This record gives sequence, C-alpha cells and structure tokens, in this order.
Amino acid sequence: MSNRLKKMSFSTIMLWAGMFFLYAPMFILVIYSFNESKLVTVWGGFSPKWYGELFRDQQILDAVWTSLRVAFFASTMAVILGTMAAFVMTRFKRSWGKMTLSNMITAPLVMPEVITGLSLLLLFVHMADLFGWPAERGMLTVWIAHSTFCAAYVAVVVSARLRELDQSIEEAAQDLGATPLKTFFYITVPMITPSLMAGWLLSFSLSLDDLVIASFASGPGATTLPMVVFSSVRMGVSPKINALATLIILTVSLIAFISWYFARRSEKKSLPPAM
Amino acid sequence: MKKPLTFKLPKGQCWTIGVPYFWLLLFFALPFAIVLKISLSTAAISIPPYESLFNYADESLQILLNLGNYLLIFDDSLYLYAYLGSLKMAFITTLGCLLIGYPMAYAIARAPKEKQTLLILLVMLPSWTSFLIRVYAWMGILSNNGVINNILLWSGVISEPIQMLNTNFAVYIGIIYSYLPFMILPLYATLSQLDGSLLEAASDLGSRSLNTFWKITLPLSKGGVIAGSMLVFIPVVGEFVIPELLGGPDSLMIGKVLWQEFFNNRDWPVASALAIVMLGLLIIPITLFHRYQSRSMEKEV
Repeated sequence: MSNRLKKMSFSTIMLWAGMFFLYAPMFILVIYSFNESKLVTVWGGFSPKWYGELFRDQQILDAVWTSLRVAFFASTMAVILGTMAAFVMTRFKRSWGKMTLSNMITAPLVMPEVITGLSLLLLFVHMADLFGWPAERGMLTVWIAHSTFCAAYVAVVVSARLRELDQSIEEAAQDLGATPLKTFFYITVPMITPSLMAGWLLSFSLSLDDLVIASFASGPGATTLPMVVFSSVRMGVSPKINALATLIILTVSLIAFISWYFARRSEKKSLPPAM
Repeated sequence: MKKPLTFKLPKGQCWTIGVPYFWLLLFFALPFAIVLKISLSTAAISIPPYESLFNYADESLQILLNLGNYLLIFDDSLYLYAYLGSLKMAFITTLGCLLIGYPMAYAIARAPKEKQTLLILLVMLPSWTSFLIRVYAWMGILSNNGVINNILLWSGVISEPIQMLNTNFAVYIGIIYSYLPFMILPLYATLSQLDGSLLEAASDLGSRSLNTFWKITLPLSKGGVIAGSMLVFIPVVGEFVIPELLGGPDSLMIGKVLWQEFFNNRDWPVASALAIVMLGLLIIPITLFHRYQSRSMEKEV
C-alpha cells in the first residue's frame, strides 16, 4: 500500500511540476507586461503604458485585422472540408478512395510546416504561371493554405464524434423517407454540433497562430500578426509584445473556458436526469 | 473501373467524397509533385528562379533532369550536419517529452473522472495561446539579464550571468516546452482507456507496483507512446522558429537551413531538394504514425 502511494505521489508531483513548467513563463510574461521600464527584464514599477502604445501601433492593428479575417474564413472552410472527409471516413465502405482520402487528410497533422509551406508556395507560383491565377499571393492564398491544414484537425475531432453516434437514428430517418441530405442536416448536424464548434475554434486558433505556412503563402499585401510579431521579436524583446501576448493569453483562456463550460453542459444534458 | 463506381454512388455521395478529395489532391498532393520537379531543375536568375525541366523545340521534347542539387546536399558537410543536428535534436526532445509527459498523462488518467477534462484542458490551453509568444517568453527568461540569471545573481549562487539564450540548451527547453501537450494528449487517450481490472489482478497476484507498471501499463500504452513520439519527432525535424529565436549559430537545423536557402539565397531548387530528402528521412516515422492512427480508428468501430 505504501508502495502504491509513493508511485501515485511521484506521478502527481510530476503533474504539478509539469503544470508549473507550462504556466510559469506565461505568468512571468503577464507580470512584465505591466513593467514601466523600457528594458523588458528590469522591473521599473507598475504601469499599463505599453497597452496604450500597442493600440497606437497601426501596423499591429492592421495585422490583427488581417489575421482575424483569414482565421474566420479558413476555419469555416476547414469545418466544411473536414466534416465531409470525416463523414467519408466513418460512414463509407472501405475502399481505395477512402483510404487515400483519410491518409491525405491526416498527413498535415505531422508534416513539418516548412515542407507544407514550401510546396504550397511552389504550387501557387506554378498556377500563376499557367493560368495567371492567383495573380499575386495574399489573403486568398493564405486562406487556402490554412483551410487545408486545419481541415486535418477538424476531420480528427469530428470523426471521433461521428464514430460514437448511434447510427440507428439516421437509419430510422431514412426509413421514414428523408433524403440523405435532409437526414444529414436535420439529424446528424444537430448531434455533432459541439464537435463542429470545437473543430472551428481549434482551426481558428491554429490559423491565428501559424507563422511558417503563412510566411510562405502570403504576399506583400497580407501580413498576419505572427509575421509582425516574429519580425519584431527577431530584433530583440520589446515591452509592446509583452502587452500583446497578455491580451492573447487572456482572450484564449476566456474562449477555452467558455467552450469547456458549454461542452460540460451539453454532456450533462445528454446523460439521463437520474445521474 | 471508373464507371461502376459512379453508378454505385448516388449523386450526393459523389459530392461528399469528391469535394475534399479534389481539394486535397490540388492543394496537398500536387504541391509535393511540384517540389519533386523543382528539386530536379537548375537554379537561374529569373522569375521564378529556376529553369524549366521540359524544353520543346524542333519537334523534340527535351527533359533535363539536374541531380546536382542532391549531389550538393550529400557533398556539402553543412547540409549533412544540419540533418544530423535536426535528428539529434528531435530524438533528445522526444525523449524529454516522453519522460515528462508520461507521468503527467498517467496522473491525469488516474484522477477522478470529472477532474480529467479540466486537467486535459489545462494541459492543452498553453498550446492554443500563440506558440510564437510562448517561445518569446523563454527569451525573456533565459537571457543574460533575464529572470533566471537575475534570481541566481541576487541569491549569490553565481557572480556572472550564465549564457543560456542562443545555445542548444535553450532550443531543447523551447522545443520540449512547446511540444509537451502533443505528447500528453495521445498518452492520456490510451492510458485512460486502460482496463483497471488488469492492474487489480496483477496486484492480487502479488505483483509489486513498479513491476506491474513495466509488465502491464507500459506495454498496453505502447500505441500512445508511438503516436505521441511521432507527433513530436516529425515536426521537430523541420522546426524553424524555435532554433531561430532561441538558438545560436551552432544550433544548425535543417528547417532553418531550408528557410535560408529559400528566402535569403533564393535557391529554390536546393530548398526543394532539402525538403525531399527531409521527407525521405521521415517516411518511416510517418508510416508508423499512420499505422497507429488507422489501427486505433478500426478498434473504435
């Protein structure tokens, strides 16, 4: 018994040490974002002045707006593509086409980003050569690139949910004369809505976060936020970036906890009331 | 072959499989073919900066394959060191993630059911807040006048700041920190499905807990260990941002070299050849990951 307790406590200690490792850097960043001093690591008193500076920086504001728009459209497209692929992977008969599709859709999960980015850029250059489209790289090409790699994550999330679903309800609807399309929109979609939302949010944050693929796929007209942050961080640490980081951390934590709350609520709803 | 397929599938199903299929062929499979093609062409000072493989003149089609880019990669020790450096970095960081991540995943899987989702959310949360910013946070912690050096100086342990930023040590920390959640998630997925009665049976039969762990828990979680390790190992081989921000001149990694060849030297054929060789190195880990992925999918059905 004492032996078991010792092992339990070892993994529990590791869990909290790991959590400290994961969160300490972010807390330090938040604290230093209120640093008066221009030197990032020397404490010069409390001041929110870098937040003011941040909101006067037009370049950063433009990049935020570009990133948000790209992320919105990319995650929407990723949910459409990923859900279709997940549907094929879980509902269609085993076939050569299905296997290739599921291999292709999960490949971007592990592919090094430099390879994906490079290959997409070369594709766009070729297409521009052959058909004159896309004439120049910009938001559209970043959107295509992000939709493609986010679809992989959506497919994994949605197919896990589709596999758990009771297919007899869908079959019943079709027996009662509903077309496959109608069954999908009236029966399947409402049941997988939480995973669609989770997939959308995941894609949104992945797209907002991506630096490498966006750098390859974008042109002069479309600079995303990570690209601006990267070029300014390369020059050295700047207190404005601390303020920006704090805002990002706060927003993401808020969204994560809201979605966790809704997921828990819908889980509770699906259980019988006695539980 | 094509006809019976279209007859079998109703119109709606054609669309469902056709749209993502077409999209992925166009934006995922075709680009690799193009990378392969450009890796065999010759660099040139033009837009785009390489020469065409095909040349059609006087009713004859000439195809010029240039293997020089590949020969260059195997000849120049810089590239060789970059590949070896990447593989070493990926191997050590995967091991580090496994050593830290396994006990964490184990503790979460053993926690009360209602606590598990919250703990997993806490593990995943950092990976949703910008990856770039978390790497940047380490720049502030590890630099010469950063948090760690300040504390050590203040407490009198050291009298001179230790150089940590721009070393391989910083890159190891940064990569383990960034990829840890990707290790924990698949490990937790397999560990939480572990049949507890097997562990009870082992302890009833008098097995010590460490023995039970080696003989039962670890072998049963092999799938999670493989998936997690591949999710860390493969992307780390191509990592560019972390060595660029935290590493120094001696932290040579292939992703960084590829980036420089492409953006700074504008040598697209060599960059493409570097990517192809990198893919070749990663074929085995990628197939390993896919085999695990499809096996775990079949098991659930």
